[in-house]
Amino acid sequence: MEIIIPIIVTLVFAATPILLAALGELVVEKSGVLNLGVEGMMLVGAIAGFAGQFYTGNPYFALLCGAMAGAATSIIFGFLTLSLSANQTATGLALTIFGTGFSALAGAPFSARPIQLMGPLFPAELASHPVLRVVFGYSAPVYFSFFMVFAVWYFLEKTRPGLILRAVGENDLSAHSIGYSVKLVRYLAVLFGGAMAGIAGACFPLLLTPQWAERMTAGRGWIAVALVVFASWRPFRLLGGAYLFGLVMTMELYAKAGGGPLSAIPSELWAALPYLATIIVLVLISIRRDASTNAPACLGKPFLPTN
Amino acid sequence: MDASMPLRLQLTGITKQFPGVLANDNISFGVKPGEIHALLGENGAGKSTLVKMIYGIMQPDAGEIRWNGEPVVITNPKAARKLGIGMVFQHFSLFEALTVLENIALGMDGSLKSRELEARIREVMHTYGLLLDPHRTVATLSVGERQRIEIVRALLLDPKLLIMDEPTSVLTPQEVEQLFEVLRKLAAQGCSILYISHKLDEIKALCDTATILRGGKLVDTCDPKQETSRSMAEKMIGTGLRDIVRAKGRQLGAPKLVVSRLSTHKTGHFDVPVNDVSFTVRAGEIFGIAGVAGNGQNALLDALSGEILGDDKEAITLDGYPLGLLNTTGRRKRGLCAVPEERNGHAAVGEFSLADNSVLTARDRLGMVMLGLINSGAAKTYTGKVIADFAVKALGPGSMAGSLSGGNLQKYIMGREILQRPSVLVVSQPTWGVDAGAAAAIHQALVDLAAEGSAIVVISQDLDELLALCDTLAVINLGRLSAARPVGEVSVEEIGLLMGGVHGATEASNAVPA
Repeated sequence: MEIIIPIIVTLVFAATPILLAALGELVVEKSGVLNLGVEGMMLVGAIAGFAGQFYTGNPYFALLCGAMAGAATSIIFGFLTLSLSANQTATGLALTIFGTGFSALAGAPFSARPIQLMGPLFPAELASHPVLRVVFGYSAPVYFSFFMVFAVWYFLEKTRPGLILRAVGENDLSAHSIGYSVKLVRYLAVLFGGAMAGIAGACFPLLLTPQWAERMTAGRGWIAVALVVFASWRPFRLLGGAYLFGLVMTMELYAKAGGGPLSAIPSELWAALPYLATIIVLVLISIRRDASTNAPACLGKPFLPTN
Repeated sequence: MDASMPLRLQLTGITKQFPGVLANDNISFGVKPGEIHALLGENGAGKSTLVKMIYGIMQPDAGEIRWNGEPVVITNPKAARKLGIGMVFQHFSLFEALTVLENIALGMDGSLKSRELEARIREVMHTYGLLLDPHRTVATLSVGERQRIEIVRALLLDPKLLIMDEPTSVLTPQEVEQLFEVLRKLAAQGCSILYISHKLDEIKALCDTATILRGGKLVDTCDPKQETSRSMAEKMIGTGLRDIVRAKGRQLGAPKLVVSRLSTHKTGHFDVPVNDVSFTVRAGEIFGIAGVAGNGQNALLDALSGEILGDDKEAITLDGYPLGLLNTTGRRKRGLCAVPEERNGHAAVGEFSLADNSVLTARDRLGMVMLGLINSGAAKTYTGKVIADFAVKALGPGSMAGSLSGGNLQKYIMGREILQRPSVLVVSQPTWGVDAGAAAAIHQALVDLAAEGSAIVVISQDLDELLALCDTLAVINLGRLSAARPVGEVSVEEIGLLMGGVHGATEASNAVPA
C-alpha cells in the first residue's frame, strides 16, 4: 500500500493535464479540425496561469487566465485555418512554435521566482489521510477533468449542438447545405479546445512544479493529440488512455530516479511508450476497415463551399 | 382548384449568372396548390440552379419569388423550410457515420426530444410505407434506402411545397409506384410538388404540368398528358431524338465471359455478398442484371471488376482465360473493364483532372505509361477524344472531374471505358441521373460496342433501360442470380416477382450452357 498510493496519486496528477488538453482536442477534431498546436496553446496557458497565480495568489483566477490565454491563442489558429482556409497541419505546427517562443519570452522575468501550488479541494483530514487521499487528495482541476469527460460525452452524444458538431465534422458540405454554419461551429470548437489546452497548461505550474521553466509542458501536448487517436475519438476511452499514459509517465519518473526493477528498462523507452501505443492503435484502426472507426470524415480538410 | 387562390409559388424573371454561364435566363412560371409540377431539362439546363434558389441555397441575381402571393426573399434553406418548402436532393446530404434518426434530427429546425422524433418518424414511415430502422448507421444503407431518409426528413416538416430532384433514378418499378402514391397522397392534401426528372413516362404518369428548360431558358410549359414522351424530349433537347439503332439479324457469338459458381465473402455487416452466381455472356451480347438496390449488385460488380478477389481462378473466365485471381489492373489488361455505380470517388477521382482520370483506367490498354512515366500527351489526346465523341460538357482534358455535373461525368466515364474497346465491359447504373439525350447516347455506344463483338454486362435498377438495351436478362435477389432469359420472352411482371425474391424452379438450370 505504501508504494501503490503514491504511485496512483502521482499518475493522477500526471494524467490530468493530458486528459484536459485531449478532451479539448477531441471536440476540435470531432468538428473536423485538426489543431496540432495543442503544445503551443498549453505553454501559453502555462505562463498565463503562472502569472495569474504569481500576482493574485488565487489559483482559480490563475486557471481562468490559462483558459483565456489558451483560447486567445487558438483564435489565431481559427482565423488562419477557418477564415483564410490555411492548411491546418502547417498552421498547427506553427502555433506550437509560436506558443513555445512566446511563453519563453513572457516567462523570462519570472524565472527562479516560485509560486504557491494549488492546494487540495477537500479538507486536510480527508486530503492528507494516508489511504483516503487516493480519492480526496487532489486539487480542483483533477475533479474538473472527470466532470469534463462526462460533460463532453453528454454534449456529443446526447445534445443537439453536439449532434450538429459531429455532423459538421462528418460532412461539412452537407451540414452547410442543410443550413448550419460550419465556420461558426468550428470556431467555437477551436475556442473550446484552446481554453481546455490553456487550463491543461496552467496545471503544470499550479499542480506539478511551482515555478516557471521554459517548455515546462515537455511534449505533453503531443501526447494529448496522440491520445485522441488512441481513444478513437471517444471520451471515456480518453479517460482510460490518459491514465494509462499517466501510469507510463510515472513509471518513467521512477525509472529515472533509479533503483528497483523499473530501472532495468531505460527511461527513454518509457517516454516513447505512449507514442508507440498510439502507432499500434493507428495500425489496428486501419486494419479494421469498416465504418466504425469513429474518425471524423472531414478531419483536417478545409471547408470550401462551392457557392 | 379554386381559381381565386394565389399560386403557391410564382417565379418571375428569375436570372442567375455564373462566371461564363447564364444558368437561368429570365425564368417565369407558377405552381398551384396541390399541383405536381415537373421541371424537365437536360444536364446543365439550369434546373438545379433554379431549385437551389427556391430552396435558399443560392440567391437570384434578378427576378422575384412569390410565395402564396407574397413576395419573399429566401435567404437560406432554414428560411425556405420555415415557409414550408422541403427538398429531396439528388445527391443526398447525409452523414454516413450518423444514424438515420440523427440524420433526420439534423434536418429539423425545432429541437424535438429524440423519442418524440422517433415516434413521428415511425408514423410518417408507416403512413407512406417508407420502411427503415431509425437506429441503423447510414453507411450501412443502400442508395435506395438513403433516399427514403431524405424523403422522410422532408415529409416530417409537413411541407407545402416539396422539391424532388431526380427521385426515382435509384428505385425499382415497385418502389417508384409506391413513391408516386406517396406524392399523389401529398398532392391531394394540398402540398405542391416540384418534380425534377428525366424520365418522361413518369412525368406523363404523375405530373399535372411540365416546365421545360433548355440552356438556362424556359422553352415551354405544357400538360404532359397531352404530349408524347418524344415531343417533350425533343423540346428538352432541341433536336430530334434518336432511337437505339441495332443491326438487323444479329447473331451472338461464342461465350466470352463465363462466370461459374462465383461467391464473395461478407466484407461488412451491410454488404450483401454474391452467392453461387453463374452466367455466360456471348460475344455481341448485352446481358442485363435487374434487381432492387442492395441485393448484392455492388459485390457482384466488385467481384467481376477484380476489386474483390475470389479464391477460384476458374470462377471468371474471358475467352477461356481464367481471371478469378487477377486484380483490376490484370483484368483490364486481359480486356475486362468495369464502371462502378458511384461515379465521384469510385469511378473517377473528383480532385483529379479528366486526363489524369483517363490514365487511371486506360494506362495499360492504351500505353499511357512508358518506363514508369506518364505520357501526358497521350492522356490528353485520348481524353479529348472521349469529350468530343461523347459530347461531354467540359472545358477540356484539364477540367477537374469533380467540376462536371453528374450526367456529364457519367458520359465521360462511360466514354473512357468504351473507347478502350474492352472485350468485356461491366457497368452498373450506366445512366443514373443522366438526361434522356445523354442516356440515349450512352445506350447507343453500348449497343455499338456489342456490335463490334464485345460482351457487355449491365447492372441496373432501371427496368425500362434493361428491357430496351439487353438481349438477355437475369435478376439478382439477396446475392443470388435467377436464370437468364432472353428479353423478348420475359414479362415485366415476371421480373418484378423475381426482384421481390419469388424464384421459380429454374435456379438449377442456371448453369453454364454446354
